[in-house]
Amino acid sequence: MIRDFSVNEFLAIVSGLKATVLLSLLAFAGGGLGGLLIALARTSQSAVLRSASAAFIDFFQGTPLLMQLFLVFYGLPVLGYHVNPWVAAGIGLTLHAGAFLGEIWRGGIQAVPRGQTEAAHALGLGYMARMRDVVLPQALRLSLAPTVGFLVQLIKGTSLAAVIGFVELSRSAQIISSTTYKPLQAYGLAGLCYFAICFPLSRFSAALERRYAAKT
Amino acid sequence: MTYQFDFGAVLEYWPQLAHGCALTLSMTLLSVLAGLTIGLLTMLAGRSRWRPLRLLAVGYIELVRNTPFLMQVLFLYFGLPQLGIGITPWPAAIIALSLNSGAFAAEIIRGGVEGIPRGQFEAGAALGLHPLQVLRFIVLKPAMRVIYPALSGQFVLLLLTSSIVSAISAEELTAVAQQIDTTTFRSFEIYIIATALYLLMALLFSQAFKAVERRAFSYPQK
Amino acid sequence: MQSLIEMTGVQKYYGSFHALRDVNLTVRKGEKIVLCGPSGSGKSTLIRCINHLETIQQGSIVVDGTRLDGSMRTIDAVRMEVGMVFQSFNLFPHMTVLQNCTLAPIRARGIDKAAAETTARRYLERVHILDQAAKYPAQLSGGQQQRVAIARALCMEPKVMLFDEPTSALDPEMVKEVLDTMIVLARDGMTMICVTHEMGFARQVADRVIFMADGQILEEAAPDAFFRNPQHPRARAFLGEILAHH
Repeated sequence: MIRDFSVNEFLAIVSGLKATVLLSLLAFAGGGLGGLLIALARTSQSAVLRSASAAFIDFFQGTPLLMQLFLVFYGLPVLGYHVNPWVAAGIGLTLHAGAFLGEIWRGGIQAVPRGQTEAAHALGLGYMARMRDVVLPQALRLSLAPTVGFLVQLIKGTSLAAVIGFVELSRSAQIISSTTYKPLQAYGLAGLCYFAICFPLSRFSAALERRYAAKT
Repeated sequence: MTYQFDFGAVLEYWPQLAHGCALTLSMTLLSVLAGLTIGLLTMLAGRSRWRPLRLLAVGYIELVRNTPFLMQVLFLYFGLPQLGIGITPWPAAIIALSLNSGAFAAEIIRGGVEGIPRGQFEAGAALGLHPLQVLRFIVLKPAMRVIYPALSGQFVLLLLTSSIVSAISAEELTAVAQQIDTTTFRSFEIYIIATALYLLMALLFSQAFKAVERRAFSYPQK
Repeated sequence: MQSLIEMTGVQKYYGSFHALRDVNLTVRKGEKIVLCGPSGSGKSTLIRCINHLETIQQGSIVVDGTRLDGSMRTIDAVRMEVGMVFQSFNLFPHMTVLQNCTLAPIRARGIDKAAAETTARRYLERVHILDQAAKYPAQLSGGQQQRVAIARALCMEPKVMLFDEPTSALDPEMVKEVLDTMIVLARDGMTMICVTHEMGFARQVADRVIFMADGQILEEAAPDAFFRNPQHPRARAFLGEILAHH
């Protein structure tokens, strides 16, 4: 039975927004934590840490997000875990975000003038204090614009979780499209929802860039 | 661990995988070229004196950049038939990829051209050169020096994005991998191999683009 | 002597800002004119109108018999006969010194490559920079770049050379080499209009000094008269300022 595209269908699609936002925040938070560690590894004194983190970043930046999600989705059972769309999507997107944020924040750390680190050394600050109080605050401020820019990419990326069965905005649109035979309305509405979230963030990122761009 | 890896079962299908790579590459190449044209036209539209044209250009760019590609390709592939226009997966994929690439290309080209100091245009004009001559001899190479790295980055990004068109069953590497998956049930192995192939293609092209860049844009810069 | 440039009743606005007020200027062949005045007085705007880098709202500009009427034909004709040297040199970074000089003769005048290169080498020699012909602009100092810019403009064999603060962007030790080049050019008979703060140069070379402020020409005189005895109060104030720092 072909359903009409009415208020019910509208609400069904928009309800997918909840999962999209939750997944995005989860991945951004997890990826943020991981990204911080990766950025520190990438700029550390240890050659091993630097190469390992570089390889991690290169892998996630050189392969499709869809493949990364598939690898987690089909790889988890191999490691003995039950596959659950939330877990698979969450882990996949977190790793993805960790790599990209790590690379962005590496750039931020390297953009902090060397004199800052030297002054911190001279004041007798150890690595933790130096990073936490001097370098990272400045690095993060310099990377604010691209970080927000990446958040937009991440939100768009959550749409691929639909392919592994995770029900969020895109999957809801797919379901409604196939029951109502009105893809223009279904996908159009989903697109508008994404736009409503991403466009303000993009503008915010552009405004941040004008204010805080690192002058390299 | 009770799982037995069996890459052999998957590697049997290397001809199909190679074919998938070729399809992905040709799809990417076609879309990048089309996207460049669209991007150039969009950039020119964005600088036009006619306000509706400028708004159209900006609207197009912002719409593409702030919505997921999956939505774009599904909207196109399933939406056109709803309007009575029949379309098959491959052309739909190319159109969607081209439109996506075009929006980013427009911004990249704009960045390159706007980076040229006004004095360059003025010096060219003062010497008696026509606007088209100024663009061709004075603006093009320095603009390309900025545009080229960004565009080659876009090529690699598009290569990776093309995996999404598997959602409409367009033939390329991911779709081939999915087919092999349904025949062998060796999901983990096939996607490991497919991922490795994408990584290989991405690395090869990045390196190749960098090599060309070193050759073509090596004039000294202050 | 016939006039090479005639500006009559020229008015120019940037939106509501009145940049040039009723400018009347005649330049005869072989004349050397120095345009001076405080910042924002319209000096650069004035010369940029002569080769149509800026447009005017009222009045007429005639260059070597051609009246600028906004058509591509008249603009082209005028630009062939008018050379310009910019404050920021504006050399083309992706071309060698020689290529910078031959581009316009080849593409705008249709001269063949060999002839253009011969002419270019001649002018590069004249500004004493022929040995750098194969270098790129980024490899040259500011003074060298500006001399190349002068040669580049000369390669089009113009009848008039316009100089828009040619030494203002140079480090002090390089100003002399550029001014010396311009002096030689002047002595060889080139018609020149120079917007500059270099009063020593004006004294040496100028036939006329024109003082501008607020878009108007307030005083015109021979250099000696102008520097010793400026008439207009604003000219006096300006010279007081400038000479106090020399």
